[in-house]
Amino acid sequence: MAKITKSPWLLHYDGSSCNGCDIEVLACLTPVYDVERFGIINTGNPKHADIFLVTGGINEKNKAVVKQLYDQMPEPKVVVAVGICACNGGVFKDAYNIIGGVDKAIPVDVYVPGCAARPEAIIDGVVKALGVLDEKQKAFKEAKKKKGV
Amino acid sequence: MLVYRIISAVIYLILGGIVAGLLAGIDRKLSARLQGRRGPSVLQPFYDVAKLFSKETLALNHGQFVIAFSFLLLIVFTGVLFFAGVDILLVFLALSTAAMFLVFAATSSNSAMSTMGAQREMMQMLAYEPMVLITAVGFYMSTQIMNGGEGSFKIIDIATGDLPSIVYLPGIFLGFLFILTIKFRKSPFDISTSHHAHQELVKGVTTDLSGRNLGMIEIAHWYENTFLLGVVALFFLSNDWWSIPLAVGAAALVYFIETIIDNVSARVKWELMVKLAWGVTIVCGGLNLLVLEYIF
Repeated sequence: MAKITKSPWLLHYDGSSCNGCDIEVLACLTPVYDVERFGIINTGNPKHADIFLVTGGINEKNKAVVKQLYDQMPEPKVVVAVGICACNGGVFKDAYNIIGGVDKAIPVDVYVPGCAARPEAIIDGVVKALGVLDEKQKAFKEAKKKKGV
Repeated sequence: MLVYRIISAVIYLILGGIVAGLLAGIDRKLSARLQGRRGPSVLQPFYDVAKLFSKETLALNHGQFVIAFSFLLLIVFTGVLFFAGVDILLVFLALSTAAMFLVFAATSSNSAMSTMGAQREMMQMLAYEPMVLITAVGFYMSTQIMNGGEGSFKIIDIATGDLPSIVYLPGIFLGFLFILTIKFRKSPFDISTSHHAHQELVKGVTTDLSGRNLGMIEIAHWYENTFLLGVVALFFLSNDWWSIPLAVGAAALVYFIETIIDNVSARVKWELMVKLAWGVTIVCGGLNLLVLEYIF
C-alpha cells in the first residue's frame, strides 16, 4: 500500500510573485477550501515535501534557490507551477531580469495558469500532480527493486 | 501478578503505537472541526507514516539512522517498563535518555534550523523535567500515606493503593497536565517539532530527517503519547475494579482537553513556556508536596 497520494506534503516557494498567487495558495488551507481533508500539509521543509509549488517567475537570483530546494526534496517528487508568471514569466516575460517560467530552472510536471490562479484551479492542479506523483512512485519502486535495495 | 505485568507490557508493545496513531488522527479531525474545516481522515497519521517509509531517505550521515532508531527503541523501552509496573524513577530516567537521542538526531546535521530546534528541545526539557521528578516523588508520598509509613516508587504499588493517587495529588496532577501540553508537542507552537511548527524554524529537530528516519520519529511519538496517557491513568488507578474504566476515561478526557487547549492557545511562544513552566511546577507541585508532608 503506502499510497503517496494519500498524504502529499507541499512545499510552497515564492519566486518573484506579486503575492497574488501566494494568497490564493494560502486560501486553499482556509476552512472554505480546506485541502487538509486530502491529507495535504504545507510543510515549509523541502526534506519532508512531496509536491513543490512555485509561484512567480525565475530570475538570476532565485534560480539557484529553486534548484537547491528541488534537489533537497526526496524522490518521488513533482513540481507544480502556479500562476502565469511561474508558467512562462507572464507579464514580466520581457523584463530584463526575468529568465522565464519555473521550467527554466527545474522540470515542471503541472502548469496552473491564471493571474492570480484561483484556489479551485490550484487544487485541480495539485490533484493532477497527484496522478503524476503516483506514476513516479511506481517507477521509483521499480528502480529500487532493480537496484536490489 | 507477574503474568499480568508481562501481558500489559506486551499489549503496550503491540497496541501502543496503533492507539496513539488513531488518537493523533482523531486529534487532527477534532482540531479541523473546531476550526470549521472538514479535516483529514482519522487514519491520516498512518497514511503519513506509510508514505514516509516508502520515500527516499536523504541522510547527511549514517549516524542519523542509528540515532533515530535508538530514540524509537528507548521510547518503546520506557513504555514497556512503565506498563510492566517497575520503578517509576527508572521509567522517567529512560524517558529523559530517549529525549536526548532526539536532540542528538538534530545536532548530527549542520543545519542551523536543526541546531536551533535541538537547543529549544533542551530548553523544553529543562522546563518540564522538574515537574516529572515531582510527580515521581508525589506518587511515593501518596503510597507512604496509604500504606501508613512504607512508601514505594514501584508503579505496581502505586496502581494498587486503597485510593486513587489523585485524591492526594490534585496539585501534582494539574502540574503534570501543564507539562503534558509540552510533551504532546501541542504548545508552544514554535518549539522543536511542535505539531504546528510547519512554518516556524522550518521544522525544528526533525528539519534534516526525512523518509524512513522521520517515520521512525513519528512512531516513537505515538508510543510516547500512549505512555504519557498511561501516567495520567496511573493517577486514577487503585485496587478497586472501577478504577480501570475511570482511568481510561480520565486519559481520554485529558487528551480531549489537550486538543482544546492546543486550539485556543495556538500562538503560545517558547518564552512564555519557560516563564510559566517552573512557576506552575512550584505552585501546583510544590504546594501539593508541602501539604502531603505537613498535613497528612
